[in-house]
Amino acid sequence: MIHSLFLINHSGDIFLEKHWKSVVSHSVCDYFFEAKEKAVDPEDVPPVLQTPHHYLITVHRDQLFFLSVVQTEVPPLFVIEFLHRVADTFQDYFGECSESVIKDNVVTVYELLEEMLDNGFPLATESNILKELIRPPTILRSVVNTLTGSSNVGDTLPTGQLSTVPWRRADVKYTNNEAYFDVIEEIDAILDKSGTTVFAEIQGVIEACVRLTGMPDLTMSFMNPRLLDDVSFHPCVRFKRWESERTLSFIPPDGHFTLMNYHVSSQNPVAIPVYVKQNISFFESGPCGRLDITIGPKQTMGKTVEALMVKIHMPKAVLSANLTATQGNYTYDLPNKLLIWDIGKLNPQKLPNLKGILSLQAGAAKPEDNPSLNIDLRIQQVAISGSPRFVSTYNWATVFSHCSICFSPLCTGLKVSRLEMFGEKYKPFKGVKYVTKAGKFQVRT
Amino acid sequence: MDVGFSMRSEAAGAMRTALISAENLQLTLKTGLSQEEQALTHTGRSPTETHKAGNEDLKEMLESNKESLKLEAMKRVVGLIAKGKNASELFPAVVKNVASKNIELKKLVYVYLVRYAEEQQDLALLSISTFQRALKEPNQFIRASALRVLSSIRVSIIVPVMMLAIKEAAADMSPYVRKTAAHAIQKLYSLDPDQKEQLIEVIEKLLKDKSTLVAGSVVVAFEEVCPDRIDLIHKNYRKLCNLLVDVEEWGQVVIISMLTRYARTQFTSPWKEGAMFDEDNETAFYESNSEEKKDQTEATAYVMDPDHRLLLRNTKPLLQSRNTAVVMSVAQLYWHVAPKHEVNIVTKSLIRLLRSHREVQYIVLQNIATMSIQRKGMFEPFLKSFYVRSTDATHIKTLKLEILTNLANEANISTILREFQTYVKSQDKAFAAATIQAIGRCATDISEVTDTCLSGLVLLLSNRDETVVAESVVVIKKLLQTRPTQHSDIIRHMAKIFDNISVSMARASILWLMGEYCERVPKIAPDVLRKMAKTFTAEEDIVKLQTVNLAAKLYLTNSKQTKLLTQYILNLGKYDQSYDIRDRTRFIRQLIVPNEKSGALNKYARRILLAPKPAPMLESAFKDRDRFQLGTLSHSINSKATGYQELSDWPAVAPDQSVRNVEVIEPVQESAPLVGKTKKPKSDAKFYSDDEEEKEEKASESGSSDSSSSEESGSESEEQSSEESSETSSDSGKSSSGSEKSSSESESEQKKKMKKKTKKAPQKKSKTTAAASSDSDENGNGPVAQDSSSSAQSSSSSETDSEDDSEDDSNSDAPPAQQKKKSDVKAKTKVEEKSKTEVSLLDLDDFCPAPANAPKPAVISPSLLSDLEGLSLSNVSSAMQVTTPSFGPVKTHELLHHMTGKGLSAKYHFPRQPCLYQPRMVAVQVILANSSDHSLEKIHIGDRSPAGLSIHCFNTIERLEPEASVTVSMGIDFSDSTQAANFQLCTKEDQFSVSIQPGVGELLMPSTMTEQDFSKEQGKLLGMNETSATVTMATANTSSQAISKQVLSVANVGVVSSSPNDLHRFAGRTVSSGALVLVSLELKEPSAALLTINTEKSVMASMLLRDLKQALALA
Repeated sequence: MIHSLFLINHSGDIFLEKHWKSVVSHSVCDYFFEAKEKAVDPEDVPPVLQTPHHYLITVHRDQLFFLSVVQTEVPPLFVIEFLHRVADTFQDYFGECSESVIKDNVVTVYELLEEMLDNGFPLATESNILKELIRPPTILRSVVNTLTGSSNVGDTLPTGQLSTVPWRRADVKYTNNEAYFDVIEEIDAILDKSGTTVFAEIQGVIEACVRLTGMPDLTMSFMNPRLLDDVSFHPCVRFKRWESERTLSFIPPDGHFTLMNYHVSSQNPVAIPVYVKQNISFFESGPCGRLDITIGPKQTMGKTVEALMVKIHMPKAVLSANLTATQGNYTYDLPNKLLIWDIGKLNPQKLPNLKGILSLQAGAAKPEDNPSLNIDLRIQQVAISGSPRFVSTYNWATVFSHCSICFSPLCTGLKVSRLEMFGEKYKPFKGVKYVTKAGKFQVRT
Repeated sequence: MDVGFSMRSEAAGAMRTALISAENLQLTLKTGLSQEEQALTHTGRSPTETHKAGNEDLKEMLESNKESLKLEAMKRVVGLIAKGKNASELFPAVVKNVASKNIELKKLVYVYLVRYAEEQQDLALLSISTFQRALKEPNQFIRASALRVLSSIRVSIIVPVMMLAIKEAAADMSPYVRKTAAHAIQKLYSLDPDQKEQLIEVIEKLLKDKSTLVAGSVVVAFEEVCPDRIDLIHKNYRKLCNLLVDVEEWGQVVIISMLTRYARTQFTSPWKEGAMFDEDNETAFYESNSEEKKDQTEATAYVMDPDHRLLLRNTKPLLQSRNTAVVMSVAQLYWHVAPKHEVNIVTKSLIRLLRSHREVQYIVLQNIATMSIQRKGMFEPFLKSFYVRSTDATHIKTLKLEILTNLANEANISTILREFQTYVKSQDKAFAAATIQAIGRCATDISEVTDTCLSGLVLLLSNRDETVVAESVVVIKKLLQTRPTQHSDIIRHMAKIFDNISVSMARASILWLMGEYCERVPKIAPDVLRKMAKTFTAEEDIVKLQTVNLAAKLYLTNSKQTKLLTQYILNLGKYDQSYDIRDRTRFIRQLIVPNEKSGALNKYARRILLAPKPAPMLESAFKDRDRFQLGTLSHSINSKATGYQELSDWPAVAPDQSVRNVEVIEPVQESAPLVGKTKKPKSDAKFYSDDEEEKEEKASESGSSDSSSSEESGSESEEQSSEESSETSSDSGKSSSGSEKSSSESESEQKKKMKKKTKKAPQKKSKTTAAASSDSDENGNGPVAQDSSSSAQSSSSSETDSEDDSEDDSNSDAPPAQQKKKSDVKAKTKVEEKSKTEVSLLDLDDFCPAPANAPKPAVISPSLLSDLEGLSLSNVSSAMQVTTPSFGPVKTHELLHHMTGKGLSAKYHFPRQPCLYQPRMVAVQVILANSSDHSLEKIHIGDRSPAGLSIHCFNTIERLEPEASVTVSMGIDFSDSTQAANFQLCTKEDQFSVSIQPGVGELLMPSTMTEQDFSKEQGKLLGMNETSATVTMATANTSSQAISKQVLSVANVGVVSSSPNDLHRFAGRTVSSGALVLVSLELKEPSAALLTINTEKSVMASMLLRDLKQALALA
């Protein structure tokens, strides 16, 4: 399976290596560097490379390359998925996944890698298990450790490893028991020049943050589960219950996790929240072009559009941009030819506009194609918080409580109708938040 | 180390600074000290280089007494390793700390050891004893990590140690340790491939493991060590299928891909022409009994093996996994194994993966590209998901384009072409070029749009970008070739723009077109040639070659105008730098210019050069990718990767299905105890999901029924809650309980009538019914049909239908007196509130024990005995019947001494009869005697120690007078292991723990077979299943009678008559699983013989071998 791992930064330095079987010389990375040279963009490096004796499978994350060396046949997705898990784990442990952070925590990183794979086969990848094996570094703990000489390494086998719920830590205790769920829906869309929708679909995800004592067993049901076309679950979700009842029944992991991803069937029409009027043109004569973009609300159902941002990958010839924005700021990143216009909140009364001149490299041909606009936005809706209505019935063994949520989110209308807890006796605080975001939202010009 | 570096963030930064300076302080202190020391000891020596000094310093720290210093040093050493720097010289200093108490230090030492042990083999050996000690630790975590490190040390001297450790760990109580053992197998194999045979044995053993923790890892080991030993999978196939959902995600990937290969060798193709499935069929799969129904209606059509269906059904939920690798592996399984019409269910999941990371997209798109060539319909509804975004990476774009092209048909071509128009304008020119190629492919594939595409491409010829134009020319050339008529205007247009094109491939293409169709453009072609003659020397090779071609063709068709030009060009070519062009020129000259030497060839020049050429096929680059299994590395790189296992074609005739029948239900306690809750025995039944649905319904019926039922009995609620918790994934666990429910439903009704409940009852119920469900599995009959009569119902919990019948017979045969007695007993049991389940067993029990103090085993009435024979035969094929027991000498063992038993003494022996209570139990007769001076009351059996141990207890003996003794019979299911059955023998006042340890030979029952059958069966049990040894025999034992006697004394086997005198054969079956055990003894010399045992129970074989050896060696 996975033979070795090399971490490589953007300038091509190998700053960490780990071998799970015999040592592979880092000269094997030269094949990768060769491919990287050829590629225009780091994203363009092929994820799977073949060398005379090895196969290199690479993942590009947070400006780093995770390069794994494989010697025999293995499903490439297996390795790719694992490498992303490694990056996720670093993110989880250190707050970010960057070269400096990894270098600062090299011992913890090494201990983690040691636990995550045995002989190249994943051993413990569940964050809760790892955290019992190796405690994440905190300022307080590192002080204590230096003073007392105690360590970050747990000395018992995490109970999760053996239990039927490996994702949950044992003996979780909280004074405030709370469970928050964010239903985030992203609109993926391609609009063409005239503003008509070429393609649009909605992808949703339910992110959860659960801090509950003991072994709570949660059940979440939806008002309209038929909307969900295709779903994927965290391993904690009982699939059979979903199949038969369309409810999510699960014993949650402790802390943050992604409960479910879903895709809304393409039959449902997708409401596009904003419209874009744009005019980008380059003159045949003279080294300049003109840009004029206006954004206005379209189908927002009276909700405010926030965090609006437009990103434009300019053609290579564009040297600089001299623009005026009626709202927000713009920056032009010359090396990457990236124009970013950060608008913020969309004011329907006074539509934001960006207008001005683009100057081109002298002598360069007029760009063939107009750049497309990538739009980011966010429509937030605070759903229930405060004190939800508890209807608790005390059975002799179990306490179950539920709250009903009367709120209709914007995008698909997927609604969480009930959230019940079994197995524990306390009353948790529960909240659901709905957010609509732009996913891969692109306007062709 | 500098302060500035750490000033980045406020609090954290400050703290880190403090730490670092503290660290520095420590270090500087230390170095200062060491330098002082150095100065004291070696005054004369000059300081070594700085690097060395740094390591010296580390060495000092490692050898110090302070834990914290050591730890600090190790952290720095690990830092060095991480950077890829050499730290091997510290080996001696590091290895000393291997036994440290500090767990973090120890772990870091492990890291170091694994990294450098290979280089420092001798020193590494110093650490081995530490690991060997740790392997015996009570803490499973320590055992596991010791094994992990021990097996990671690549030192070939310790191979035997590793082998031993692996073997031990494979039988460990902890599933976590067993998992580690599975990983260690691969490590050992890569270190020393000669161990293969032994390792396969361990793998075989671990494959039988029921723990989900082990399943994934052992399959990885299997794939690495012996992927061709598909026969090892048979018995575990159903178990693996059923466990699959519970296995951790990485294991799932490996198991699924292994099962894909398995399915392709074991099942017949579901893709046959005749195999038409109607629409309703798909829904029917998820309902119960659909298979049986189908069998009846479409007997002639293709019928899917239930095991094949099992695999498909159990993998389907995994499409919803969050792990992309799992989803992909299920997708490829469906692609390679499922009937064609079912493959579509994977589409949505694959589309979902396209939202994932770039690398995931890349792999998934590659696979979709391959799939979409064969099955357009699968992805056509999702056409828009493959639309390209400007932010996609180039290789993603190209793959999407590939797929869009594959999906193009008459209906959607206009949408696709419109989309392509956008792409052609892309800033990414490589992508634009690829789009033009794609347009060309669409044009050839769909004849309706060829003209549209062609004119579109011609428009592109005026594009400003060179690569776009060049690509268009190349594609137009290919298109024109496919329909050469009436396109002279396009060729003319191309001639016009020829001067502006500088990409050599495009120029060459135009020249070739001119030459090929020179007769259509008679005026232009010579002019182009004229231009070329001017620039010939400055052109690229490929253009030069085409110029020569053009010249030759024009010479043949229009020699009047071009003769001189041609000769000029040929002369230029003759002195060209490239030998290719010189050769070509020479060849062309000989071919077209007639002279004496050229002879016959010259006549055919025209036919050679102007032959009609077949149009090139514009094909997908993924056309032949399907020769590789989808989702594999080989598929991704489009060449065979090391270790790639070919998928075999479907067999024409399915191999024997019965090989997958599992007869043994091994005791679960072995794998379960550490999980906290003991799992119920898992049924490998194929019908489980049906039951599950039933259960599901029940659960949904009333939300509160859970709690109400738990109100009824404590034990049940516990069961429920444990079910709840393991429900997510532990399907099999649930399934068994599900079937339990259904089969016990009628029973529970009765229970409710009784109202009064003891706490014991539900427990017993669950136990017996669990056994019932497993029994029914064995016969593959599905749930046991329940008779309405109460006696039959009760017996159904322990026996199958057929047995019921025979039992009823025996009841009717029995003399009336006994009948009476039976009813008496019945009455008694009612008083005792015993569960009714036991009733019919009780009356059988009554036949057996003869009146007191008669230890003779055969007191059963002949008629009953024969009935019983039939009973135990029910599931054995006629060729190999179990014979009546051969009555060898009976050895009596002490169960309870009268001193310890406070007057109660017990002895037991194995009567070597088929057990009355259950065919899978070994009959044991216990003689209880009272040597005390008072009578003992209520002698019965109490708790038994392996929780899952099934014992059929004897009836409670109400009273045993002083000096009296009584013989009772019991049945114990040893599950074919010599593990002792521990239980408590209770009297009214006391409890005594006793244990019955069976000899391995007692776990067998004799079976008769002919010599031919024997050899046939022996042939099937070769290789791993064969154990043999040479035995030196005592001289007294050489006669065939003596041999038989000795063998029979050890093992309960039957003699098989054999023709040669020096060959003795014995056959038996294991009681619990019915596995064949064949013993053959070949006399070589007077005192030596070759003893061979063939059985799949290899552990039993080796034990039996040992016992037989001993017996034969004795006089």
